[in-house]
Amino acid sequence: MTNVAPASLPTLIAAAADTIAAHADELTALDQAIGDGDHGLNMKRGFEAVRAEADAFAAKPLPEALKAVGMKLVMTVGGASGPLYGTLLMTLGKEWPATQDRVSVAEALRKAVDAVAARGKSQAGQKTMLDVLYPVQAALVEGKNLPEIAAIADAAAEATIPMKAIRGRASFLGDRSIGHMDAGARSSALLVRAVVETLGDV
Amino acid sequence: MSNVGIVIVSHSPLVAEGTADMVRQMVGDEVPLAWCGGNGEGGLGTSVGAIMEAIDKAWSEAGVAILVDLGGAETNSEMAVEMIGEPRASRIVICNAPIVEGAVMAATEASGGASLQDVVATAHELAPA
Repeated sequence: MTNVAPASLPTLIAAAADTIAAHADELTALDQAIGDGDHGLNMKRGFEAVRAEADAFAAKPLPEALKAVGMKLVMTVGGASGPLYGTLLMTLGKEWPATQDRVSVAEALRKAVDAVAARGKSQAGQKTMLDVLYPVQAALVEGKNLPEIAAIADAAAEATIPMKAIRGRASFLGDRSIGHMDAGARSSALLVRAVVETLGDV
Repeated sequence: MSNVGIVIVSHSPLVAEGTADMVRQMVGDEVPLAWCGGNGEGGLGTSVGAIMEAIDKAWSEAGVAILVDLGGAETNSEMAVEMIGEPRASRIVICNAPIVEGAVMAATEASGGASLQDVVATAHELAPA
């Protein structure tokens, strides 16, 4: 497990904000198919707000920085994905282990993903970001390496295509939600890839 | 004021304000009332910060009932209530009811001095079974 030093946080934030900006139109298009079409813009607004204060976040100890980034997303995203991604990071910060071995980090991530599930009143298999986050957490538990984790995230997002939405706006569509990738699953996979590629470069 | 307050949270500022207008016409100034809508940049959406401000504005010691439109408004309202924290959080309830009808019925109930529990129950009667 790569030890994430606070100093690398601006790089991580830049990588996350870059991938969201680069894929904002795609995320919006996915969301227009089965949601309300605001995911790309909302995520871009939130991550640009985080980018603007990257140095201030990096000055904090990592757990505090994670909480602060999460709070910034909550306050700036402007859709349900704000509290969902915000809860993920705030819980991860709260649960961040003193020693960052793989098992401890995986356990912190599990609590963070569980908190997202509670916030969204959802669970795996309902065509949401959880369908990416849980497989990524499991991959970490299994000791997969960073490129494998990125590939698992991408495959998990693809696997939401045949799923039927049960939570969120997409659930109004019922069977018509089948055949489209979930926008939140896609943004989660993009962020996972951005993070592991950045850590892989350390 | 000791009557339960009402907060209206819509993705659209126009829907939120229009709903608040209808509530005002029904109950006048008998009920603390606030609304918010939009993402802060003029687009559709809901903002946790704006919801927290609306709760402050409509705050009553008797509690506050929140009416929301779609999923994101509910999730963001839950986040706002959590961030406000205790002791106020347990006196704030997000209603499972259609936003316009729910706001009008909840406010009418609140204007008579009903408890938060009764105000919320009145709104919930409107929810599809």
